[in-house]
Amino acid sequence: MSDTTLVTLRDVRFAYGEREILQGVNLSVRRGQVVAIMGGSGCGKTTLLRLVGGQLRASSGSVSVGGRNLAHLSHAELYALRRRMGMLFQFGALFTDLSAFDNVAFPLREHTDLPSELVHDLVLMKLNAVGLRGAEHLKPAELSGGMARRVALARAVALDPMLIMYDEPFAGLDPISLGIIGQLIRRLNDALGASSIIVTHDVHESLDIVDYVYFVSNGRIVAEGTPDEIRVSTDPFVHQFVHAEADGPVPFHYPAPPFAERLFGQGVA
Amino acid sequence: MSGAVVLLRRVGSVVNAGVARLGFAARFFLLLLRYSGQSLLRVHLTMREIYFSGVLSLLIIIVSGLFVGMVLGLQGYETLQRFGSGDALGVLVALSLTRELGPVVAGLLFASRAGSAVTAEIGLMKTTEQLKAMDMMAVNPLARVVAPRFWGGVVSMPLLAAIFSAMGVFGGWLIGVVFIGVDEGAFWSQMQAAVDFREDIVNGVIKSFVFGVAVALIAVFEGYDCEPTAEGVSRAITRTVVSSALAILALDFVLTSFMFRGVS
Ligand SMILES: Nc1ncnc2c1ncn2[C@@H]1O[C@H](COP(=O)(O)OP(=O)(O)OP(=O)(O)O)[C@@H](O)[C@H]1O
Ligand SMILES: [Mg+2]
Repeated sequence: MSDTTLVTLRDVRFAYGEREILQGVNLSVRRGQVVAIMGGSGCGKTTLLRLVGGQLRASSGSVSVGGRNLAHLSHAELYALRRRMGMLFQFGALFTDLSAFDNVAFPLREHTDLPSELVHDLVLMKLNAVGLRGAEHLKPAELSGGMARRVALARAVALDPMLIMYDEPFAGLDPISLGIIGQLIRRLNDALGASSIIVTHDVHESLDIVDYVYFVSNGRIVAEGTPDEIRVSTDPFVHQFVHAEADGPVPFHYPAPPFAERLFGQGVA
Repeated sequence: MSGAVVLLRRVGSVVNAGVARLGFAARFFLLLLRYSGQSLLRVHLTMREIYFSGVLSLLIIIVSGLFVGMVLGLQGYETLQRFGSGDALGVLVALSLTRELGPVVAGLLFASRAGSAVTAEIGLMKTTEQLKAMDMMAVNPLARVVAPRFWGGVVSMPLLAAIFSAMGVFGGWLIGVVFIGVDEGAFWSQMQAAVDFREDIVNGVIKSFVFGVAVALIAVFEGYDCEPTAEGVSRAITRTVVSSALAILALDFVLTSFMFRGVS
């Protein structure tokens, strides 16, 4: 494995019980890159991030981060690795008993012995970056959905991680904050010398800021490329996704028997 | 398939699931103890939980203790009077409270007031992925969330039981001495003479400690193990209250039969 690659997934399979979600995914993230993972709802994008974070174990294949196979790490080693990862959860997952400030301060207080003035300054810098310095005293219940995800974003990067994973960072944002957050993700990545994985549906916003894109469908990577390659791609899957067409290889429906059967009972055939 | 086979299968699967869950709970307990060290070092975490479990339960414990003591005063005096030993009211009140009612009733109240709250809190944290987020930040939820709540309960419970008993004695005195007119000197001196520190007080404290461990463990386990949905959390809360009550009553029988067999 080359030293320039931070994350490598090789032939990764994963199933929830009987249901196979990922059926042989190959993917890699190079150091310094921002990589987007796109795909229909329910295709397993969040599951992919969980595998990279070591919260789920692949049933076969290997997931390695920083050259170390996650399956071979002890609990302590995994935790040591996670201190250098940040994850923005799809639904924020803010601690509801803590204010926005304390949420962002949480990883700093848990993992460092910084004096409280320094923690204070660091937290305000992170909150300022997401435009919520004025909301530091609000509890998660007093934040709007979009604001909560921005606080969660600030928390995810509080420890200046080497790998940042964003699960749908643009969901619930207005077009203005969307642009700002997109730029922020890019700038954070470059300033920290980190690598980022963005799971998103927002094709146009992300094509402007990422270095590489993977498309997931039916448990596999069906297309990949740089933004320029993606924009001019003639691959039917990519074309449908980029141009938001209803017809094409991406199914909108969760797998189900034909609708007529359900509507008119089993007798109609 | 015949009804008997179906029934047998169902019984088998229920027993299987029960045993598996017990095993899971035991493993959970060992892990909890293992990670307790690092969380007990950060005293403020446990202090916070003592406040939520203990201090906030004070009101219900004080009021209930007072009423239980007053009822004991009425009932006890009425019965003792028939044998002409109304003066022994203080002994009756103090012994019933320190040996049985203090630990048991305080334990039941504690389970429904604090145990259910702990289960709900941990269950909701699980449902909203807060525990997963914490785990992802390399902060162990067992050490950071579960252990402090467990130890908060273990510390609070004996103190609450002691306060319950004290309030009960006060309630008994209020009814017996102040309202009915039992001789005050006899009330206190007979109590002092008959209540043994080792035999009655210490045994009562041991009981309340054991109940505290049981209730706190059930509460954190049910929360941690709940299905991460709204119904899952509500079922977990119900299970906490029901299992705690059963555990307290069963443990009380076992402990009593060891502590007080045939002592005069
Ligand atoms: N805990 C679970 N148990 C069983 N199945 C699950 C579980 N979590 C997710 N799944 C299934 O796995 C599939 C992939 O889920 P995942 O959350 O990874 O999708 P996703 O790509 O992130 O979707 P979205 O874009 O809507 O967030 C879904 O079809 C879902 O039904
Ligand atoms: Mg998802």
